[in-house]
Amino acid sequence: MKKDIILSGVGGQGILSIATIIGDAAVRAGLNLKQAEVHGMSQRGGEVESGLRLSDAEIHSDMVPLGSADIILSMEPMEALRYLPFLHKDGYVITSSSPFLNIDNYPEEKVKSALAAMEHVITLDLDRISQENSMPKSANVILLGAAAGVIGILTPDQLRESIRNVFASKGERIVEMNLRAFEIGQEYGR
Amino acid sequence: MTQVKLLLGDEAIAEGAMHAGIKGVYAYPGTPSTEITEYIRHSAMSRENGIHCTWSSNEKTAMEAALGMSYAGCRSMVCMKHVGMNVAADAFVNAGMTGVNGGLVVVAADDPSMHSSQNEQDSRFYGKFAMIPTLEPSTQQEAYEMMAYAFELSEKEKLPVLLRITTRLAHSRAAVRISADKPDTVRKPADRDRSAWVLLPANAKRKNLALTAKQPHLEQLSASSPFFRISVPDYPAVSGNQGAHSGNDSVSGNAGALPGNAGAVFPKGIIACGTGYNYVMENHVLEAGYHLMKISQYPVPAEAVRKFATGCSQILVVEDGQPFLEEQVRSIVGGDYPVKGRLTGDLPRTGELNPDCVGEAVGKKTVPVYAVPEGIVPRPPALCQGCGHRDVYIALNQVLADYPESRVFADIGCYTLGALPPFCAIDTCVDMGASITMAKGAADAGLHPAVAVIGDSTFTHSGMTGLLDAVNDRSNITVVISDNLTTAMTGGQDSAGTNKFEAICLALGVEKEHVRVVVPLQKNMEEITRIIREELEYDGVSVIIPRRECMQTLARKKRTAGRQA
Ligand code: SF4
Repeated sequence: MKKDIILSGVGGQGILSIATIIGDAAVRAGLNLKQAEVHGMSQRGGEVESGLRLSDAEIHSDMVPLGSADIILSMEPMEALRYLPFLHKDGYVITSSSPFLNIDNYPEEKVKSALAAMEHVITLDLDRISQENSMPKSANVILLGAAAGVIGILTPDQLRESIRNVFASKGERIVEMNLRAFEIGQEYGR
Repeated sequence: MTQVKLLLGDEAIAEGAMHAGIKGVYAYPGTPSTEITEYIRHSAMSRENGIHCTWSSNEKTAMEAALGMSYAGCRSMVCMKHVGMNVAADAFVNAGMTGVNGGLVVVAADDPSMHSSQNEQDSRFYGKFAMIPTLEPSTQQEAYEMMAYAFELSEKEKLPVLLRITTRLAHSRAAVRISADKPDTVRKPADRDRSAWVLLPANAKRKNLALTAKQPHLEQLSASSPFFRISVPDYPAVSGNQGAHSGNDSVSGNAGALPGNAGAVFPKGIIACGTGYNYVMENHVLEAGYHLMKISQYPVPAEAVRKFATGCSQILVVEDGQPFLEEQVRSIVGGDYPVKGRLTGDLPRTGELNPDCVGEAVGKKTVPVYAVPEGIVPRPPALCQGCGHRDVYIALNQVLADYPESRVFADIGCYTLGALPPFCAIDTCVDMGASITMAKGAADAGLHPAVAVIGDSTFTHSGMTGLLDAVNDRSNITVVISDNLTTAMTGGQDSAGTNKFEAICLALGVEKEHVRVVVPLQKNMEEITRIIREELEYDGVSVIIPRRECMQTLARKKRTAGRQA
């Protein structure tokens, strides 16, 4: 079994923390994993993408091949669409619907209609949800929660365990908040 | 005892080097190499073993310090991005001539596709140029294991060893099985052989002959390396080149006639290295009948390549970077033997390889199901909100609007983003330090105002000597050292000149009245623009230092302080 996931968003939105949580869970579960990250120039408010590959067999390429991603998990709707060529025909797009407006020519209407036209898509208004629940810094974990049912190769329990691990150094309060964020996300993923 | 850690390629190299018992790492930050040194700096092992790991001013000082450490009998490592090799080249190439005492490994991280670089140069050419062994890992695990091998090789052959990686390996994470032992630092007596280390012509000529004579031996080592491998369908992989590649297994489904050998049927062959090997494997080429040679060490093992080619009808060379291997394979097999790769258009001529273009080259074209919807626009990176460089460019743009002939020569750092809207404030960005020297040359040609914009870390890396040239010539330039107290673009490493810039400029001979410090904030705009105007009007070298901490390092400090409180 394998799962290829494209994580995308805008620099600073915390997609690498999602990768860290999934990575921790994968290693604990004894799965093979490759995760290509983006560093450097592209982080200053530009588009960022990370390919995450999980499998029980050996993984060769660090990059996700075209047409093979099972999930595009995105913190930002236009950034989800940017990587569509990587999506498998039965793959899922799970994305925040809140646009990140740091460019003048953001095509809001086109983004909306393109997402609406997708067959397997879960959108959630992450800005609103994270604000309503007073957890603006855990928006990424809410998104992960929304994907928990689709990831498959890892169970929600395994992911929860890794949220504990990854945030442990920041104290119990932060751990609890992220676990709650994960649960809120799960509600939207159903 | 072993343990499993989830590591970037860079971090696997750091672990490998520490487990090989290094006494020091010397480096200047540069994407995608920075995380090697960062990892060592933050590791418990570096503290316990007293591993030297402070940042160097530039790649050349790093290379020379590492050579000194090797001379003194300890293992040392130098890390840099590919263009850093140009800066270190003088020391690097001559270290091939002196040779080493303690093991010395130079790690060069290339950036094909130029994710954050100015060019696509391939560091393997430097290894060939210096005639030293060059290693190229394919996976994070290999990157880890190759470090111990590299240090042993370096000490055995008494040569520096170059290890070349690319962005994709440097910045991709995988589980790596590493030793759980606590290594000791390797220490030998200091060298004393002046005939080896004093490169007077008489000594250098002798060393040059010896190094040249050593090349066939080094080629053999490339073929007997534990990372060299020939795989053929249905057979287990053969490593270390024992068990010769049997040349005439005919494989159905993927066979062609060997040129000049009518009737005989041979399989197609692939020679791959580094990350290219991973993409080849991703495309199941063995199942498709290909024969596969994996090269992980240079100089290219010519004899092994020749033999492998004899058993194949054609060869596809798959390498990330420039066609370094492909050109050599061509010259090894000679004549009209079909060699395919980047030079023949079977793979893209430039840019990073990926599983898809390699798939296409082995006959497995994938057509994506979904296209990027129409109307999706790029989202370029930008200077952070609140960044001091923003205020510097706002001020410069405001003043220079009155000087239509002005040019701004910029440099390498976050502030290069001043090239993009909304600022569009710079005219050039070429290499580390070129802002000051290009402004000087332009001023020598009569261009006025010639303004240089350089960051604090870039200034101490390669700007100071250029400023001295300008002072000595009384060149009519205005230098802006935009000081954010850190090396920001690579993630906030210490900057070598922090708190020393006024002193450095004065010591280089800039006049006291023309070294001006400002705080780049909107509320100071009137003062800043006035000072810029005054210095543009001064006929000579002036330096303006806008100083305000990078927003990212500031935020990080606040977070750490908050956690400690
Ligand atoms: S990282 Fe620092 S120097 Fe770079 S753009 Fe952001 S605030 Fe400015």
